[in-house]
Amino acid sequence: MCGIAGLIHRGKSSNVGQELQGMLQALKHRGEDSTGYALYGDTDGQNFIMRFKVGENVGEGSSSVMEDVSVYDERKKIVDSYLSQMGAKIVKEERTLPYSLRYEIDYDKGDLLEFSQKIESIPGVEILSMGKSLEVIKDLGNAKAVCDRYNLGDLVGTHAIGHARMATESGVDIKSAHPFWGYPFSDVSVVHNGQLTNYWNNRRILENKGMRFMSECDSELIAVYLAEKMRNGATLEEGMKDSLSGLDGVFTYFVATKNSLGMAKDTMAAKPLVLYESDDLVAMGSEEIAIRSVLPQEIDTYDPFDGEVKVWQI
Amino acid sequence: MANLKTTEKKTKAQSMGLHTEVLTGKTQQKFFNPDEAENFYYWGTYDVDFNKRTELDVNDMDCKEANKKIDELMSQGYGTIVIKNPQGKHSLGVGILNKLNLIFEGSLGYFGVGSIDGPTVRVNGRVGWSCAENMMAGKVVIEKNAGSCFGAAVRGGDLICKGSVGARTGIDQKGGTIIIGGDAGAFTGFMMQRGRIVVLGNVGINLGDSMYDGTIYVGGKIGSYGSDAIESPMTKSDIDWLKRKLKVAEIGEDFDVSKMTKVVAGKKLWNYDALEPTEKKGAI
Repeated sequence: MCGIAGLIHRGKSSNVGQELQGMLQALKHRGEDSTGYALYGDTDGQNFIMRFKVGENVGEGSSSVMEDVSVYDERKKIVDSYLSQMGAKIVKEERTLPYSLRYEIDYDKGDLLEFSQKIESIPGVEILSMGKSLEVIKDLGNAKAVCDRYNLGDLVGTHAIGHARMATESGVDIKSAHPFWGYPFSDVSVVHNGQLTNYWNNRRILENKGMRFMSECDSELIAVYLAEKMRNGATLEEGMKDSLSGLDGVFTYFVATKNSLGMAKDTMAAKPLVLYESDDLVAMGSEEIAIRSVLPQEIDTYDPFDGEVKVWQI
Repeated sequence: MANLKTTEKKTKAQSMGLHTEVLTGKTQQKFFNPDEAENFYYWGTYDVDFNKRTELDVNDMDCKEANKKIDELMSQGYGTIVIKNPQGKHSLGVGILNKLNLIFEGSLGYFGVGSIDGPTVRVNGRVGWSCAENMMAGKVVIEKNAGSCFGAAVRGGDLICKGSVGARTGIDQKGGTIIIGGDAGAFTGFMMQRGRIVVLGNVGINLGDSMYDGTIYVGGKIGSYGSDAIESPMTKSDIDWLKRKLKVAEIGEDFDVSKMTKVVAGKKLWNYDALEPTEKKGAI
């Protein structure tokens, strides 16, 4: 089933980590195999923040295996040496869990495609997000469990999207969890509720164009699809509108960039979405109870219609 | 499980034609006994007094607790119940089978007031997916917007949304009337079989897709017609009925109903084409 939620504060910052945790926890009955956050924090914009994993947290049906911590350490060493080779300086390093790391990197050479390809050439290493504001955090368990594990409650920023997952199309692990980074674009992330039925056709086409897939999760296609459109010069909104015909199936998805948040709903309107919109805040989720966790007072909400695409700026 | 000896004997129920087979062995069942009919009653109904009013704050209750509390209040004779702080919770006010004035001061989540038979409900907020699903009788008024599958499979009563609704409004509708003050999404009246849908605003694509019967009236633009949905001329009785209904529904009283578009089933779907005339009658 899965549940998605997102919010954007316009003209101010707020405790988006805590707010999104409340929204996703309200949706935990839609799935708690894994939960993911894409948080856009307040930063000075100087350094890249790279969230990456050097191993898996393996749940039911996953094609991955649990490995020894020493393997993670070896991979981390290789990552560090590759960063050094590419002229990227690690400004700050955090290792929240043995397999999950957060680096602040001073890097201004080359593009992120080459950078990411180099890092991900190390077996078992995946960049979860790369950006100057975006941080993707995802792991097994419900919203509160993941928030507590990664200390997300204090994160202040402008906007965020998240996902509570009930695994249907692929196994329970981090690589199949949402949000997906819009590789290789800085600060682009996607969450999705639904099923895509032309996943393999689109994947073959996109892989032939040099795009990268990390999982077998159909939702990853949306991030790659939009990234490919933007690589060819389309704006985010143009790519989203194009996806309504390019992607087949039932879906509601959110996309976020450094300065914006967008939603798209398929032409069958088969997946739920409730939306609240005011001058200073937009909040949306699969169910109204998600919005109620940040806006308990009586508010006006509505369901966007079929085939609708909307984008808001901070 | 009934005794084998008693089920082999021809019972009064069998002689009345309620069932004809004599059951033996593992297939025997206990059937309704008409001799005990006077002992049967419509379970879960209460005699309530509309002048007896109370309020119920459900802010700290889950839907089961809230519904149980509503049932308790009805059993105590309360005929007007005001629900405070529904906070978008799911499945509130379901399965009410008697007359009741039920007022929600706030919004409901999914499956609000589903499977009801008789109450008059007012929601001073929004409702989520599948509001009033399987409603048999009564009146439900939503002051703001509604989600998708509004009035799914309703069989009777009036279901009114003063705002706009999502997709598949009146899906599988089998009777009653659904009235929308604003716009409606895609697949409105999908597979409807009987009853009426009135939309004062615009409707999305595939209006009345695969409808078997029933009537849809649209005041605004139509995105597209679905399979076998066709336009039909408005008659005087249509106009009179719409005027009366919109007045009773407290919505669109001044709306020029004569300019509405009437949509009905073309009855050209495979089941109609493939059947003999007598079979078609049976299918309807």
